[in-house]
Amino acid sequence: MSKTSLDELPAEGGRGNGPLLDVDNLHVEFATRAGVVRAVNGVSYSLNPGETVAVLGESGSGKSVTAQAIMGILDVPPARIPQGEVRFHGTDLLKLSEEARTQVRGQRIAMIFQDALSALNPVFTVGWQISEMFRVHRGMSKRDGMKKAVELMDKVRIPAAKQRVNDYPHQFSGGMRQRIMIAMAIALDPEVLIADEPTTALDVTVQAQIMELLAELQRESNMGMILITHDLGVVADVADKIAVMYAGRIVENASVHDIYKAPAHPYTKGLLESIPRVDLKGHELYAIKGLPPNLLDMPTGCAFHPRCPYRQDDCVTDAPPLYEIGGTRNSACHYWREVLDGDQG
Amino acid sequence: MATKGERILEVRDLVKHFPLTQGIVMKRQIGAIKAVDGVSFDLDRGETLGIVGESGCGKSTLAKVLMALERPTSGSVMINGKDIAKARGAELKRMRRNIQMVMQDPYTSLNPRMTVGDIIGEPYDIHTEVAPKGDRARKVQELLEVVGLNPDHINRYPHQFSGGQRQRIGIARGLALQPEVIVCDEPVSALDVSIQAQVINLLERLQNEFNLAYIFIAHDLSVVRHISDRVAVMYLGKVVEIGNDVDIYDKPAHPYAQALLSAVPVPDPEGREQRERIILQGDPPSPANPPSGCRFRTRCWKAQEICATEEPLLQIRPGTTHESACHFAETHDVVHVN
Repeated sequence: MSKTSLDELPAEGGRGNGPLLDVDNLHVEFATRAGVVRAVNGVSYSLNPGETVAVLGESGSGKSVTAQAIMGILDVPPARIPQGEVRFHGTDLLKLSEEARTQVRGQRIAMIFQDALSALNPVFTVGWQISEMFRVHRGMSKRDGMKKAVELMDKVRIPAAKQRVNDYPHQFSGGMRQRIMIAMAIALDPEVLIADEPTTALDVTVQAQIMELLAELQRESNMGMILITHDLGVVADVADKIAVMYAGRIVENASVHDIYKAPAHPYTKGLLESIPRVDLKGHELYAIKGLPPNLLDMPTGCAFHPRCPYRQDDCVTDAPPLYEIGGTRNSACHYWREVLDGDQG
Repeated sequence: MATKGERILEVRDLVKHFPLTQGIVMKRQIGAIKAVDGVSFDLDRGETLGIVGESGCGKSTLAKVLMALERPTSGSVMINGKDIAKARGAELKRMRRNIQMVMQDPYTSLNPRMTVGDIIGEPYDIHTEVAPKGDRARKVQELLEVVGLNPDHINRYPHQFSGGQRQRIGIARGLALQPEVIVCDEPVSALDVSIQAQVINLLERLQNEFNLAYIFIAHDLSVVRHISDRVAVMYLGKVVEIGNDVDIYDKPAHPYAQALLSAVPVPDPEGREQRERIILQGDPPSPANPPSGCRFRTRCWKAQEICATEEPLLQIRPGTTHESACHFAETHDVVHVN
């Protein structure tokens, strides 16, 4: 197999045809003692410049593993990518050499993590960690790198950046640490930013600050953002498109307005209905019954069928494909018409 | 059985300071973390009081003091007219039966080496009068059934259950001694979205069934609104606003409550560009050294000179319907714009 070289990627700033990032039929599996866990099972989505795609799902749905596969930070083994492509400007990242991937990772595609305290190194100053991006990727001197670090800390609005550049991560609050993570991620002006639950560990007031900062940085540089979250409120606030994941598959794919107006998959519908609403105070909340499946012991047919109010006999035997349901919408439910109309099966 | 509406809990001027010391042999106190600094509220039977606020505002310390796990620096916690903060020995033990707790993290609050039966039955080892020895297994099985678990699973271990099921075990343990008050400290925040609704429904069903009073601490404001009759908003160890759910959510009067509500993302993308957002700058100040006067003034857009010198009391302000602690309190609906 011939290795695709990095040269085929358009230079930074140059835009090829088609989407910026295109995840196509991605599969990821992990070898465990108990057997092979298929964490990601044929996931596809695409991202355009300036666009925000939210990947929504519960723990174990495979949303973070997909992101790690895009970044190329999965531990192989135990992980394995048996099939699928991750095309960046049309070039399949999975076929690149490790050396070429290092050139993409951090420079062209960057990532921020949920827990900033454990993602930052406790024994180096934050300035050192931010400037590392410039020293490693741009070959800058320590002094120039530090200057850049202060600039970036200003940009993510850390007060008194000049004085704080030599502080250690534990000297910052949770929100400030997340800003430092963001500063590192945007240091080299990436085209794609993957944010994996960037505000889950933060208070709502700080969450609002961070989401506003991300939106502003995105407007400035027109980068594409993949936002991984389980919070339906955050998604409604910032996303353009949503991919809903359940048990390693995308079950619904649509624009943010379509999904909140009329979900086309029973799982999405259940999630939206279980949000407490003012007009239903005093009533029992709608709850999706049962539990998410064990990935080692997946149900036959549609993975959601044991919990689904729309279930028919064929759901138990035939796994639904991702049906095209008009425009750019998809739903992996045999009975998406009934779900859209709201008739309970 | 006691009727609904009767006062069960009276908290007055509750203060909890944690000393900050310097030196190892010659310890000197150099200050104090003012975690809870003058909190008062009442709770009736069958009622739910929601407590919201950012991390570090003293919500969890308040829970611990109510449970008499921490002794307050001053103030009183009256349960059925008796002060649990001053109780000792056998009396304290008896009073603790009446107030129980459900913890946040069902993964760390259950002992992995104990069976479910031992975990739920452990309160009976301490309070032997509630269930005679031969009767315990049956009681535990009843509790399992009440919280929606299979009574045959009494000999299983916590790791054999999912997060939502574990939280049900935690709730069953809280119910074991038939308390009148349950303090729920973030009971659903560690659970998956699709499981949260199940646990909230369970808590509401149990409340109706046993006429329980809840102190419901959470940071998810929509969940708090759903379950609470009244809500208290805390900031840096103080209650800044308290009222029924409609007062707090539709007519917030304190600037901090307004900022907190406007920061909550609304799960509806329609009109998201027009929505009003009050974005607070910076982080809350340290509770070791809170600002003079009003504690919120350093982040407040309404702050004037008086805010630095005079501490606003929690009282009903002109033009508002409920108590708030702001010199310039003004009702302002931040959630429903149009």
